[in-house]
Amino acid sequence: MGILNRIAGQTANAGDATTGALINVSRRNFLQTTGGLALGICFGPVACSTEKAAVPAADIAPFVPNAFLRIGADNSVTVIAKFLEMGQGTFTGLATLAAEELDADWAQVAVEAAPADAKKYTNALLGGQGTGGSTAMADSYLQMRTAGASARAMLVAAAAEQWKVPAGEITVAKGVIRHAASGKEASFGQFADAAAKQPVPAPETIKLKDPKDFTLIGTTATPRKDSQGKTDGSAMFTQDVKLPNMLVAVLAHAPKWGATIKSVDETAARAVAGVVDVVKVDGVPGTTRAAVAVLARNTWVAKQGRDALVIEWDESAAFAKSSNEISKEFKALAAKPGKVAATRGDASAGLKKPAKAIEAVYEFPYLSHAPMEPLNCVVDLKADSCTIWNGEQFHTIDQMVAAGVVGLKPEQVTIKQVYAGGSFGRRASSKSDFIVEATTLAKAARAKGIDAPIKMIWMREDDMRGGYYRPAFVHAIKAGLDAEGRITGWQSRLAGQSIAKGTPLEQYMIHDGIDHTSVEGISDTRYAFEHLQVELHSVDYPLPVLWWRSVGHTHSAYAMETMIDELAHAAGKDPIAFRRTLLEKQPRHLKVLELAAEKSGWGTPLPEIAGKKRGRGIAVHESFNTFVAEVAEVSIDASGQLKVDRVVCAVDCGLAINPDVIKAQMEGGIGFGLAAILKSEITFDKGAVVQGNFGDYPPLRINEMPAIEVHIVPSAEKPSGVGEPGTPVIGPAVANAVFAALGKRIRKLPFGDQLSA
Amino acid sequence: MTELSINGVNKTHDGDPAMPLLWFIRDEVGLTGTKFGCGVAQCGACTVHLDGNAVRACVTPVAAAAGKNVVTIENAITDKVGAAVQASWRKLDVVQCGYCQSGQMMSAVALLTRNKTPNDADIDAAMSGNVCRCATYVRIRAAIHDAAKALA
Ligand code: FES
Ligand code: FES
Repeated sequence: MGILNRIAGQTANAGDATTGALINVSRRNFLQTTGGLALGICFGPVACSTEKAAVPAADIAPFVPNAFLRIGADNSVTVIAKFLEMGQGTFTGLATLAAEELDADWAQVAVEAAPADAKKYTNALLGGQGTGGSTAMADSYLQMRTAGASARAMLVAAAAEQWKVPAGEITVAKGVIRHAASGKEASFGQFADAAAKQPVPAPETIKLKDPKDFTLIGTTATPRKDSQGKTDGSAMFTQDVKLPNMLVAVLAHAPKWGATIKSVDETAARAVAGVVDVVKVDGVPGTTRAAVAVLARNTWVAKQGRDALVIEWDESAAFAKSSNEISKEFKALAAKPGKVAATRGDASAGLKKPAKAIEAVYEFPYLSHAPMEPLNCVVDLKADSCTIWNGEQFHTIDQMVAAGVVGLKPEQVTIKQVYAGGSFGRRASSKSDFIVEATTLAKAARAKGIDAPIKMIWMREDDMRGGYYRPAFVHAIKAGLDAEGRITGWQSRLAGQSIAKGTPLEQYMIHDGIDHTSVEGISDTRYAFEHLQVELHSVDYPLPVLWWRSVGHTHSAYAMETMIDELAHAAGKDPIAFRRTLLEKQPRHLKVLELAAEKSGWGTPLPEIAGKKRGRGIAVHESFNTFVAEVAEVSIDASGQLKVDRVVCAVDCGLAINPDVIKAQMEGGIGFGLAAILKSEITFDKGAVVQGNFGDYPPLRINEMPAIEVHIVPSAEKPSGVGEPGTPVIGPAVANAVFAALGKRIRKLPFGDQLSA
Repeated sequence: MTELSINGVNKTHDGDPAMPLLWFIRDEVGLTGTKFGCGVAQCGACTVHLDGNAVRACVTPVAAAAGKNVVTIENAITDKVGAAVQASWRKLDVVQCGYCQSGQMMSAVALLTRNKTPNDADIDAAMSGNVCRCATYVRIRAAIHDAAKALA
């Protein structure tokens, strides 16, 4: 039983998740619970267009073989996705798995988001309904295929019955059911009604395809299911939800964590034409900032009203540190022994008299996720119900938390999942912060007699200053080499905030005082040296921190992989050869390392660019059971201006379900990681976040994007995730390339203008 | 009162003339393909065409569009260049989260309308005001080249 369900006090287990959901959803039940309407919310024309109508004709009930599929008499196949689509391609992946075993025609398949229902839609790897940790394909690989195979068996049984032929003689391909001998042929739609009357096959009778027979999985015959809606303006994000009578709320947030409202002068705000009301939204210590919301019929008026508020904040108990203090504190801690997070051999003995000793202190800043869609949430609160529209990433927790805030039972809270305009971890809030804020606001507004759905919109500055950052870390490493260039010992001391501490996840994620996400990627390194010690100082700040695309690996991989590079050079060895020896027993690491080396032309001279110094660097890292190696080629001009020209990426994510989505995730993960190491940082001035918008938290732009080549290792291993693992590798690959070009090590992120110094 | 045309349909606005076109389009007209990302002309998510020029709707007051024709993503894909851009975007599966893509496509359509054979530097110049946090830039570039080829 996993984390999310234990928190929500619900039970589910991996067994349920794989097979238990394939219960017979009888037509009667289906119609009673949904009134014959489509579940969830429509996702643009893919699921809602008339040509592929997901809503079945009113008089003919659809065939609902299980919780994941609906087949209409109109021949539409609707896949119910329990995961959030936030760009990572999960809708396409889930549809591919189900359609493969169903033998559907890709064109007839649409995807619809599942409602919050932990019994049916739990993620066995998270233990509740939720999207994260690059788990969707690993969790759903058998479940969605089983769902498809089961439906196919029922369609075949129905055809066999009607055609009076043995089921074994019936074939299905590209959405056509066929009996060759009699020449009979039918679409799924023609048998939807009859199939619904067939018994659901027992799980042990369901035979899944041999991977060699796959026609969709592993091919490029599965273009994204969300492409149409996202290229014609019809895709529905939280930002786009519009309900009758709806009010828009724009908020003035406390400038510092822990500040409270002393006084509000609402006069000027209320004088803005169109402002409906002003509502105080108390902060929940450690979870949300205190805020004052201005409600209006449209966003502009609400924002004008918000800007006209005159608020006096009580900052006496607020977080008041500045970045230089934080850095000093963390550095002092990382210089001292901490709590032991991992140990093998005897690092202090190994480090006693090395032939060469290397010490380095790495500094990593706080980072904002800054998804393209600033955070938002729509809440329609009634006396006995609460409906939430959200790019929902943690259904189970959010549903429970929202219920608590508004004083209803979790089952009275309905969550309508819409697309998320990016997340990178932000919408998987460990404390459901923006859900808490939106529901607190809805409750306060209702108490003032406002009976209307409210769309809470954060301006970019609210989002940028809203906390839940990738925690800052200082990581001090001591490593030694013997005369033959072998690593004699490695000591890592890290100081930074724990993501889990003070959240409902603390009891499940912190063991013996160690939050594994603070040290993952270094405490479990596969490099085969004998003596390793990893120590951790978890710093208590009232500033919420969160997972950020690849979590602890975002910083651990940088420290590990640049230090390994440094050691290789100190040992006088080629960085790949050096790693090869250390990874002898790690075939999957080796495979990606060799593939990236080969495809990048490692060892051959880089083409010269006039007036620029060039360098090539490599890094390899495993995260979320996926193995990635990247070779970066950089050029640097005399003023220190860096350009990453080309990146060659090799990835082993087990069996590749959608190769093109995998490539896209590597490309995007690399670009996302590159922005962070080159220019992103959140800094504090006496507790107030300095950065507010893309001007001072600059994102990567098209002219800074390298050419990227992605090579996928053919593999029959279990599929693993691709949303995160491309990100942590690019930083060290680029840093190592910079060293190759300039002989300079960058140990403080972001790079900023350190190359021009 | 401001009169303007949105996708060829006449509209009037009698509220605050300083209200950015973005919120008029989204909240009043009800076309939500045009997105809010930053509000300060730094991300391009709100890009629309004003008499054929790509502008950031978040900093363009409704009053500045008086008597002019505004085209949004919903309509842009119906003309020749827009349709080609959309087809290339789909062929190469450019989108990830999709939130920036209306703006990206609007900038791409404006580019291809005035420059039929943009090179990489032209693309950088025309597209660097459009942020994609999902970093779909490799495919955006490829899709623009692909659309240019299709239009040739
Ligand atoms: S919202 Fe207009 S440029 Fe960002
Ligand atoms: S596709 Fe997500 S921001 Fe561009």
